[in-house]
Amino acid sequence: MNWWTKKSSNPFQFYTSVKLREVTGRKARTLRELVEIIKEVSGSVIYYHTHVFLQRHQNISPEPPNDFAFWVSSTLGENKLSEELASIDICEFSTIRELRERIIKTIENHLFETKEPQRYALQGKEFEFIKAHSIVMPAGFTAHNLKEFATILEKVTIHSIYFHIFEARLRLEKAVNDFAFWIGTSVGSPELAKIIESLDPYTFTGEGLRRELIKIINDWCTTHK
Amino acid sequence: MKIADYEKLVGKDIIYELTLLAKKLKRKKIQCINSTRVGGGVAEILSRLIPLLNDLGIDATWDVIAADTDYFNVTKAFHNALHGRKVDINQSMFDKFLSTGKKILKDTKIYGDIVFVHDPQPMMLVDAKSRGNKWLWRCHVDVSRPYPEVWEFLRKYIEKYDSSIFSSPKFASKLDIPQFLVAPSIDPFSEKNRDLTKTEIDTALARYGIERDKPIITQVSRFDYLKDPVGVIDAYRLVKKYIDCQLILAGNEAADDPEMDMVYKDIMQHKGDDPDIHVLLIKPENNDLDVNAIQRASAVVIQKSIREGFALTVTEALWKERPVVASAVGGIPLQISHGHSGLLCHTVGGAALHIRELLHSPEYARQLGKNAKEHVRRNFLSTRHLRDYMMLFLYLYNPQDIIYL
Repeated sequence: MNWWTKKSSNPFQFYTSVKLREVTGRKARTLRELVEIIKEVSGSVIYYHTHVFLQRHQNISPEPPNDFAFWVSSTLGENKLSEELASIDICEFSTIRELRERIIKTIENHLFETKEPQRYALQGKEFEFIKAHSIVMPAGFTAHNLKEFATILEKVTIHSIYFHIFEARLRLEKAVNDFAFWIGTSVGSPELAKIIESLDPYTFTGEGLRRELIKIINDWCTTHK
Repeated sequence: MKIADYEKLVGKDIIYELTLLAKKLKRKKIQCINSTRVGGGVAEILSRLIPLLNDLGIDATWDVIAADTDYFNVTKAFHNALHGRKVDINQSMFDKFLSTGKKILKDTKIYGDIVFVHDPQPMMLVDAKSRGNKWLWRCHVDVSRPYPEVWEFLRKYIEKYDSSIFSSPKFASKLDIPQFLVAPSIDPFSEKNRDLTKTEIDTALARYGIERDKPIITQVSRFDYLKDPVGVIDAYRLVKKYIDCQLILAGNEAADDPEMDMVYKDIMQHKGDDPDIHVLLIKPENNDLDVNAIQRASAVVIQKSIREGFALTVTEALWKERPVVASAVGGIPLQISHGHSGLLCHTVGGAALHIRELLHSPEYARQLGKNAKEHVRRNFLSTRHLRDYMMLFLYLYNPQDIIYL
């Protein structure tokens, strides 16, 4: 079978998502305050602090996609906790609620175990909670088969790739990313869908992620003729 | 410039995103209002963004309020008070603000579906708010530690707006209306940022008798103690012990700052007779081109400020692929990711150490510069600024966490 040109049962409509940032006015000076505010803020705030850093710095390096980890280390000097927060495997979670619970548990375990006095952030170095509003719109591209899909992946904005890989799965609670879902159900290739689904997107730069997706599809279509 | 001109810098995809957003705003009239058409950052930004919005098919206009000098003296004092500076504020100043504010309200025609007011001077116009229009207040000032009496007075007006905009979460203050974050931007095609030929760079340097025989370290800033020019000279001297280099301290001759003469005197005294320190008072008519040339000719750009706003001079240097050493203050950490797109410092010794590292490792310096340009390209050019404003305009009509267009 020629997987390149096999027509999908439903076309894939690419969307893109841009972010508007809102100050919540909530600030934490200590780990205790951080964890209490994390419990209270909306999912859009948790999404912002676990994903938008990645998007803003996506050209530079595959940074740990987690503002909490960065602040805990750079401001409070809690390097062990920072590593624990940075290494939370976001791919394990299909909802922001689950991710939030893991972050809370990680910080509370640390607070329970630590014997040191509480550390305070200096004035001006507090953790500032920000909320991300997403504006989602059609990106203007539709794919009817894998060939078109790979071609569009080359030219669509990186915001579009992030939307389908991260935001659709976690923020819109679709359980799997949009690309894997379409390939599995509409193209009819659960095998390729599984490869896309098992990709660890958090450790790629933006362009690296784009290249990797295209390479996976190219390689798979070439070896499955 | 036309929006299509930016395509070669930011890519087709980003321009396409802008056109998608713009389509949804086609029927809205955007009225921007500030206090001056020339001079200052706000006028510079508006003069750049309004034509681009128009080019995207959006009906955006720009109006300027008229008021007497006394009023602007009062708003200047308020501006300084919002910045947290100690200023003498008295009841007559509040009275002047209110009486002239009423006159401005009477003289200014409000016709926008979205009325976009910049800074405190035209703030009272919000009293013309009706059910049919949306009001946005853009604060270009750091109000993190404002003088309380002035803040409480202005706050009553700010909270009549539908939303407010700040450059950084650190500049925001507690308000009962939504506060959005929109970072400033630079225009890659402006005289200060456009590509220059080698001849243009050499000609500009020759104007000041500077040769490129030794690596150049540069700080561009107005002569202000908050920019720590004396600290920059100290850092240069620590570098000079190991590397024969020269230092440029470049400031605008026309800076409207009464402290400038005193700071300049201190700098000259600290410089002594070192011929490798060039203190440049750049004429306003040459400022943009010369700053551009000096930044491009520099081996390292430094910004050793004690306090900063967003620090657009850093953005300009990063865009020119210069390795930058800058204090971790104000908006600088938003622009520099330490070790990736530049180096952050906290002390004179730290600044000197990083400058030496960069001068000794040109490959590392080149890589930082390359990353820096890419970071600015994605986050701090006019196109991103346009996108943020358009998103905000759309949000006013769809105040949701996730907005589907």
